[in-house]
Amino acid sequence: MPEGGRKRIHFSRLYSFSCLKSPFRDGHSQIGQKGYSRVVYCNDPDNLEAVQLNYGGNYVSTTKYTAFNFIPKSLFEQFRRVANIYFLIVACVSFSPLAPFTPLSIVAPLLVVIGATMAKEAVEDWRRRKQDIEANNRKVQVYSRDYTFVETRWKKLRVGDIIKVYKDEYFPADLLLLSSSYEDGVCYVDTMNLDGETNLKLKHALEATAHLHNEKSLQKFRAMVKCEDPNENLYSFIGTFQYEGKEHPLSLQQILLRDSKLKNTEYIYGVVIFTGHDTKVMQNSTDPPSKRSKIERKMDKIIYILFSSLIFISFIGSVVFGIETKRDISGGKYRRWYLHPENTTVFYDPRRATLASILHFLTALMLYGYLIPISLYVSIELVKVLQAIFINQDQEMYYEETDRPARARTSNLNEELGQVDTILSDKTGTLTCNSMEFVKSSIGGIPYGRGMTEVEKALAKRGSKGESEFDGVSSDFLGQNTDAVDSQKPVKGFNFRDERIINGQWVKEPHPDIIQKFFRVLAICHTAIPDADEDSGEISYEAESPDEAAFVIAARELGFEFFARTQTRISLHELNYESGKKVDRGYPLLHVLEFSSARKRMSVIVRNEENQILLLCKGADSVMFERLSQYGRQFEAETKDHIKRYSEAGLRTLVIAYRELGEEEYKLWDKEFSKAKTSVAADRDALVDEAADKMERDLILLGATAVEDRLQKGVPECIEKLAQAGIKLWVLTGDKMETAVNIGYACSLLRQDMKKIVITLDSPDILSLEKQGDKDALVKASLESIKKQISEGISQVKSAKESSNTDKETSAFGLIIDGKSLDYSLNKNLEKSFFELAVSCASVICCRSSPKQKARVTRLVKLGTGKTILSIGDGANDVGMLQEAHIGVGISGAEGMQAVMASDFAIAQFRFLERLLLVHGHWCYRRISLMICYFFYKNIAFGFTLFWFEAYASFSGQPAYNDWYMSFYNVFFTSLPVIALGVFDQDVSAKLCLKYPFLYLEGVEDTLFSWPRIIGWMLNGVISSLAIFFLTTNSIINQAFRRDGQVVDFEILGVTMYSIVVWTVNCQMALSINYFTWIQHFFIWGSIFFWYVFLLVYGYLSPAISSTAYMVFVEACAPSAVYWLATVLVVVCVLLPYFTYRAFQSRFLPMYHDIIQRKRVEGFEVEISDELPTQVQGKLMHMRERLKQREP
Amino acid sequence: MASSSAAAPGSADSTAARRNTKRPKYSKFTQQELPACKPILTPRAVISAFLLVSVVFVPIGVASLIASRKVVEIVHRYESSCLKGVDNKIAYIQSSADKTCKITLKVDKHMKSPIYVYYQLDNFYQNHRRYVKSRSDQQLRDPKEESSTSACKPEDIANGRAIVPCGLIAWSLFNDTYSFSYKNKSLTVNKKGIAWKSDREHKFGKNVLPKNFQNGSIIGGAHLNESIALSEQEDLIVWMRTAALPTFRKLYGKIEVDLDEGENISVKLQNNYNTYSFNGKKKLVLSTTSWLGGKNDFLGIAYLTVGGLCFFLALAFTIVYFVKPRQLGDPSYLSWNRNPGGH
Repeated sequence: MPEGGRKRIHFSRLYSFSCLKSPFRDGHSQIGQKGYSRVVYCNDPDNLEAVQLNYGGNYVSTTKYTAFNFIPKSLFEQFRRVANIYFLIVACVSFSPLAPFTPLSIVAPLLVVIGATMAKEAVEDWRRRKQDIEANNRKVQVYSRDYTFVETRWKKLRVGDIIKVYKDEYFPADLLLLSSSYEDGVCYVDTMNLDGETNLKLKHALEATAHLHNEKSLQKFRAMVKCEDPNENLYSFIGTFQYEGKEHPLSLQQILLRDSKLKNTEYIYGVVIFTGHDTKVMQNSTDPPSKRSKIERKMDKIIYILFSSLIFISFIGSVVFGIETKRDISGGKYRRWYLHPENTTVFYDPRRATLASILHFLTALMLYGYLIPISLYVSIELVKVLQAIFINQDQEMYYEETDRPARARTSNLNEELGQVDTILSDKTGTLTCNSMEFVKSSIGGIPYGRGMTEVEKALAKRGSKGESEFDGVSSDFLGQNTDAVDSQKPVKGFNFRDERIINGQWVKEPHPDIIQKFFRVLAICHTAIPDADEDSGEISYEAESPDEAAFVIAARELGFEFFARTQTRISLHELNYESGKKVDRGYPLLHVLEFSSARKRMSVIVRNEENQILLLCKGADSVMFERLSQYGRQFEAETKDHIKRYSEAGLRTLVIAYRELGEEEYKLWDKEFSKAKTSVAADRDALVDEAADKMERDLILLGATAVEDRLQKGVPECIEKLAQAGIKLWVLTGDKMETAVNIGYACSLLRQDMKKIVITLDSPDILSLEKQGDKDALVKASLESIKKQISEGISQVKSAKESSNTDKETSAFGLIIDGKSLDYSLNKNLEKSFFELAVSCASVICCRSSPKQKARVTRLVKLGTGKTILSIGDGANDVGMLQEAHIGVGISGAEGMQAVMASDFAIAQFRFLERLLLVHGHWCYRRISLMICYFFYKNIAFGFTLFWFEAYASFSGQPAYNDWYMSFYNVFFTSLPVIALGVFDQDVSAKLCLKYPFLYLEGVEDTLFSWPRIIGWMLNGVISSLAIFFLTTNSIINQAFRRDGQVVDFEILGVTMYSIVVWTVNCQMALSINYFTWIQHFFIWGSIFFWYVFLLVYGYLSPAISSTAYMVFVEACAPSAVYWLATVLVVVCVLLPYFTYRAFQSRFLPMYHDIIQRKRVEGFEVEISDELPTQVQGKLMHMRERLKQREP
Repeated sequence: MASSSAAAPGSADSTAARRNTKRPKYSKFTQQELPACKPILTPRAVISAFLLVSVVFVPIGVASLIASRKVVEIVHRYESSCLKGVDNKIAYIQSSADKTCKITLKVDKHMKSPIYVYYQLDNFYQNHRRYVKSRSDQQLRDPKEESSTSACKPEDIANGRAIVPCGLIAWSLFNDTYSFSYKNKSLTVNKKGIAWKSDREHKFGKNVLPKNFQNGSIIGGAHLNESIALSEQEDLIVWMRTAALPTFRKLYGKIEVDLDEGENISVKLQNNYNTYSFNGKKKLVLSTTSWLGGKNDFLGIAYLTVGGLCFFLALAFTIVYFVKPRQLGDPSYLSWNRNPGGH
């Protein structure tokens, strides 16, 4: 049996391959075309044809490796690094007689380093595997051949199976919803795992299948689904459903995606459509683009420099060796007869001196290989992981409200955080809370709402605008602030205060009918789901966007309570203004024309109780005003004026309009629309949009809404600090220019003393061209206009700069540009000049920009400045921007998790950015740069002693030290202190980092990892090695070095020099850091101590193992005074130049951290009397905040 | 300190209250607030560091110099004087002619026993890789390992039998000999105990006898008495401890009588060893020792120099700090702001 089965599968593969070649086999419309070829036989997975399709099972593996390919694949990953390849080659060659050391002493460190990295990979992969196993073995109810549901494991599901999923269970695969416990076949789904959105989504089954409620009815159920191939698009689905001879269109509404959860519904039945890796969520799980930090890229260059110097000194050695060797036989005479030059191997043959010297070159490459630090990569990786843990553990970046700590999602960009030059920030949800509050509205040309926004407060503070006339509200600003409690309890999302409207007072207003229609639109035109609390009867809403929730809440508060929704009906408790009574009204729902960022509006078509068909529409002003009918423009001028004012106050506005439809008109359109909806083609969306567009015309204006998106806590302060740290901030937002500018003021991005340069296409002549519809002329004129504006801006900046040279007052510029102009500015010809202008401005605001533009601006800034760019955002529309920038920071806020998933760091609040950059970024930058410099220093100092020794050994390739001393150098005697440096070092405390933000400039200007500094460290290494070699040899060699007349031989010189090297590099470490906890002390002095312990232990092993190291310390060195005196002398001599330099430099050419450290020590009393109370103060503040939160 | 340590349990309480919170746990370690000492280079620290070094180094330097000066050392170079008038020195040294040479050493200063006798060679690369590797430690240690000579080529096998001790080092064993007479009496040179004890006892076998040594076509250096075990052949053991640099001294023996000032020592030496091929010098060295070992002025001078330099630096920094006392205390440094906007 199994054999037959296998054969069949094999055959079917061939068969399906031939199917691909003739896609029109069944002659069915679009289906079968490329990209739309999937066929699912529902409830019939054993059907011959279904088996022939041979879709994969539901087994999922997210691991990088399998048990079989782990070794080769991870090894391959390892050897993608140049340095590792070098070490591999060295290890291979070390088995030949060319090697200056024993092979084991070369291979062992390599194995340790590679093994450590592979172990890390293996552990990570094992974790993923465990998750996979757990997921694959979850249980699910599947409909079996004997017409009952039986339990099976997730991995055993096949395409076409019917399964039953219960409440709060995850969907095991992508399913087609057949029916649910609800009569009408709806169900609610939580997509938290997919996109992080916490609101419930409503899905509904096709009416044709909604009746399949029990096992019996499924018995005869057979259907076929034809749909798109597996793809990663979470937001669209195209397919048809053939059932009982009819074809039904399928949309995302019927699809339940794997990893989302069933909510509020007892159970559902569904057909498996995509399994395993074909599911949308798996198709989506691509690795984010891997980013490398600047420092690491620079480090590669240093490695190349070291490689070249390695080759250079090897070359010198080989040439000298060749000459020396050749001279060993001259004229038949043997010079160094003790080497037997006449009878030797090719490696030393004077007669073939050239060949010998070439071979020697290879030996030398190995010998001086200590210049390339083998453990550098692995140490850096380890250090960064530990640094990331510190970031994750920082309590100061933990946000209590959402219970989210900061997360470093990649550890390899930590030090990049310390070098950020420009921040590109999203506005909504990033600078603001993204929890919308309904504050104002303009209905029928009359503005309502007396609340005061934060922007207005900021404006009022500046006292520049005549705020008293604002909104026709005169005085009660202060009152608004203080008595926010206002007798009734505050409602989240609702901050609308106007006695003319609330408590049913609106009926007395001049146009109660318009007000009624207005709020009815708010209550009906949305996709929110009501969720009644069973105890209190209070209704809360699950809405797709916070704006929408704010509208529904506002409608509820003002007497239009939306309380129930079915697939075909929306029900309200409504206040009738004529009778003044509350009545329940139901609105049969005919169509929902959904919101999309392209359409910028949404509409619903309902039938009211008077049997009128109404289209209720809300949308952005840019698209709505052009859709008004001639008779619907009654309040256009006033409304426009109000909208402008609202956006100046930093509010988001939407225009509300409606339209009555005739029965005939609707029927005609309904047909067309349904046809568009059922079409199964790539351009379906376009067809639907087009059809919708036909209906959303001739609207009648009702008014406009304004919701406030509050600034997040601490944003202005944070921006101020970042500006002091020399970081430029660009805001890229989709908002209107006025809103953006005002938010800019509110969060101190723009200041009163700044000159604004505005680039816009809102000039009258452009607008008139737009109306004429001559596209070419429009483009040309726009380009010209932008060009002119940019060059004007540049000249303005230039003249300001020139004048600032004479008097010190520099005036800053703020550039404000809108989306359309941005489009033109990013044009190739203008890119450069736009960019020139943009970088010379202190802050830049791009408003009305689309996600794509955001990404493009990011790339432009990245390439143009060559500096480090950080982008920060919270929504799906920021993903491009986050991935494009050097560092992407995601705000884990309300708009879902996509931004976080695409980010490198995730924080909960914008204000944490300050700490992330100024403290962690600065520290990590400093640590890593010092660590790398020091790493090279220590290896150069060590490697070059070998070279100097060679010079005295006629470059024969004999290492000065015992093999094992050498191989342990990088692993035991010097590695731990440098790791401690990389993980723990602090130049100044976190508090001072925040207090003196200019310290951050060290990273922006890259002073700690500049070439002079790197070269300086390297030279220091070379000089150290010179001093070590010559001072040591001179002070101990030739004469007896002990009272008993013994002289220094090869082994003793090696031990002495090596001891001095270990002392030197560790003391150099102690000198170059100024932060000692017990960890530093332990590692630095421990390393030196360990060297002596090693020497003792190794020396006690039998001479067969220890060879030249046998008893050398105990017997020869330790009792000798000269050994110790030489150690002290040389170590002090070697460190003296650095110490003197530092003493001089920190006093007379101080770097920023030197200044602050000085400040700290000199202001000693400040720190003592300051630090402890601030901790207490912090506690108090914290408690106060908590109290405040509790009060409401 | 006290209050900050009290803060820790407090925050632990609040985390315990909300068990499921993701709030990072407080510890001084995770919050990077470990108590640390943060030394910086204040003028006082710099000056006292320099002073400390000079205070420590100068006495050591003086003591070393004194010790070094007490050591009496006689160095005599003899390789050219012994072959005066010989045209082809290489041919001569390789011939079997009598190479006896007599030299006289004058004792300038009273030399207290023990007086160490060294030979010093020059331009001899005992640290050459080929040379260093050309030995078999197993063979030297263990009579059963006689045939493990693979590293010793070409001095591994002669006449079909393994050479013990094999290799270039043993083969090129130094073979000049010295006999001293003082006040017309011959001086005994004690050759026991010139090698390291660990070598004698652990690296060279007590029952490993030289075999087939210097039987090859070319004779390198000294012959060995085949009836004496290797562990007793201290000249060989000393020679086999290869030197670090091309100029080196090796211990020849000890003279265990005092030598008086102004007396002469006549040395009869067999100038057998060929250093003429590579222009190497040969020197005979007689030296007493102090606690510091042999005559070693360098160490003392270096200590004094560094000590003096540090003193000078301490002085210089004091002056400089005095002249420009508080440049950095100036708070204007701190209010400075790069922000192009300014305020």
